[in-house]
Amino acid sequence: MKRKQFLSFTGKILFLFSTGGIFGSLLKGSKIQSYIDEHPQVVRYALGIQIDKCIGCGNCVVACKIENDVPKDPFYFRTWVERYIIKKNDQVIVQCNEGGAGKLSQDIQEREILRSFFVPKLCNHCDNPPCAQVCPVGATFQTDEGIVLVDSERCIGCSYCIQACPYGARYMHPETHTADKCTLCYHRIKEGKLPACVEVCPTQARVFGDIESKASPLTRLKRMNKIHVLKPELNTEPKVFYTDLDGEVK
Amino acid sequence: MMETAHNELSQLLSQISGYIYPNEIEVHWSILIVVYPYLTGLVAGAFILASLVKVFNITELKPTYRLSLITALSFLLIAPLPLLLHLGHPLRSFEIFLTPNLSSAMAMFGFVYAWYLMVVLLLEIWFDYRVDMINFAKTAKFPMNWFYKVISLFSTDTSPHAIAIDKKVIKFITIIGIPSAFILHGYVGFIFGSIKANPWWSSVLIPIVFLFSAIVSGIALILLLYMIITPSRGIPIDMKCLDKIASFLLYAVIIDFSLEILDFIHRLYESEESIKILTEMVMNKLFISLVVLQVLIGMIVPLSILIIIKLTGFNQELRKLLYFLSAILIQIGIFSTRWNVVLGGQMFSKSLRGLTTYKLEIMGIEGFLSALVLLILPFFILALLIKILPPWKKTEELPI
Repeated sequence: MKRKQFLSFTGKILFLFSTGGIFGSLLKGSKIQSYIDEHPQVVRYALGIQIDKCIGCGNCVVACKIENDVPKDPFYFRTWVERYIIKKNDQVIVQCNEGGAGKLSQDIQEREILRSFFVPKLCNHCDNPPCAQVCPVGATFQTDEGIVLVDSERCIGCSYCIQACPYGARYMHPETHTADKCTLCYHRIKEGKLPACVEVCPTQARVFGDIESKASPLTRLKRMNKIHVLKPELNTEPKVFYTDLDGEVK
Repeated sequence: MMETAHNELSQLLSQISGYIYPNEIEVHWSILIVVYPYLTGLVAGAFILASLVKVFNITELKPTYRLSLITALSFLLIAPLPLLLHLGHPLRSFEIFLTPNLSSAMAMFGFVYAWYLMVVLLLEIWFDYRVDMINFAKTAKFPMNWFYKVISLFSTDTSPHAIAIDKKVIKFITIIGIPSAFILHGYVGFIFGSIKANPWWSSVLIPIVFLFSAIVSGIALILLLYMIITPSRGIPIDMKCLDKIASFLLYAVIIDFSLEILDFIHRLYESEESIKILTEMVMNKLFISLVVLQVLIGMIVPLSILIIIKLTGFNQELRKLLYFLSAILIQIGIFSTRWNVVLGGQMFSKSLRGLTTYKLEIMGIEGFLSALVLLILPFFILALLIKILPPWKKTEELPI
């Protein structure tokens, strides 16, 4: 083979390989694309709450009110913290002064107490939300991420959703006259931040995350602990997951 | 606005017993939502009484047929008002019709209401009054003659053939009307009965109890109206008719009472988690309105009176008096039933650990006075309708 022929042959081979590579990568690219199209990344945000870590400081309650412009009066809460005291005679006392941000009464003698703990509560962002089911105009809806939101521009203020929520998580906003509740700080999580209540919790009792992602802290929490949700018998499929939840909590 | 809300709710804080969720202090469905099912109940009940004449040929009830129809219409026209006034955004209410969420029981309101008003009541009244309207259009003075022409939709045919068609159509509409009346009020019951979060409401019996209490209240209302209007026209009360209404009232009360007792026994026997707090609520917060007004005065007393009349048969005057008294007691009882269902469902916490309270305001949109106005308003409309479409001929005792 002459040198000229050799160079020409090698050139052709190189050309073929390089173009093939490009075509191949294009082909591969479309495969990835179709894979992505067929398997869209599902994100489902949820919250974990570790009862044994909650110290009842009420920071979450205050932060939520400030972050979300929740009316200051103690009748409107997007999140609140209940204190349970179970006495030795099995009597259960639940307290929640100013949503858990106020002072707690000290009138129970320590020796009478069998066990005591705090339970932070908020909208459960149910997978099967009764509030969205009953809304006559569809103002309450679920986002693709599984968060239950209220469109205050659409809400007619009939209060049916408030009646339908088993958790008392909703209130009628005294100024807008529309139903209001926790959004999991949708405006923050869309920017990659944590919900305000999670951000300020000094003991990291609240864990935010994507339950579809294996790597999320919430998935890890669910893997490492016994988990319970509130009122599971109502088939609302809540997405606020509690660890160490006591049977007395309703 | 916010301050008054704050003050009102602050006052309630001291009334709370046990533990309630912090958002539960405010009672969201107030007296207006009590008035709403009461009004639609009267509509459904009055219509059922009217249908007894046309479908089941109970001829004794003829003197009340047209009165029942236009009474139903008067109350139906007012029925949406308490709902509208109660909304946080009444101007957005049309969204229920335009973009209803089909999974919502409440969104069906528009369809059920429109169906009942347009397809059942208005049509039946139109066919029943068609010939009268044509005659009025001929005899009335200007501008009323034109008014009658318009509402008769310029119909002029009064031939026997046309009248025969009217009668057939009326019978057909009444047959459709009975299940429609059931739907109208059963649906209101479903709005409450389908709320699984609320053990006071969540019961498959609620729509049926609503339905029969509606029939009871509607029949009692027509009995009252017939007893008031007839003498005021200088015409003696037809005792056969009155006795027949009272008989149907008695049957309806018996069914209603049995259903309520069944509900009560069922709850007690099942004795679910909620039974403790519900018992506490009935004994402390609803004792007067439930035990005294609804059950004793509104149910057991009139039931006993009606049974005693049936068994012994007093003289006419005493019978009239006792019928009248029973019908009034029944109205009080059924209004209390609505009160106990609507407000009772909001007085206990969904934590099942405490009770809140409802303070009835006198003034304000959701106050006692506006509820009173809404309860009186249908009677004004009825008076107007009686003037425009008299349910009887001027000189005769019986309508056509």
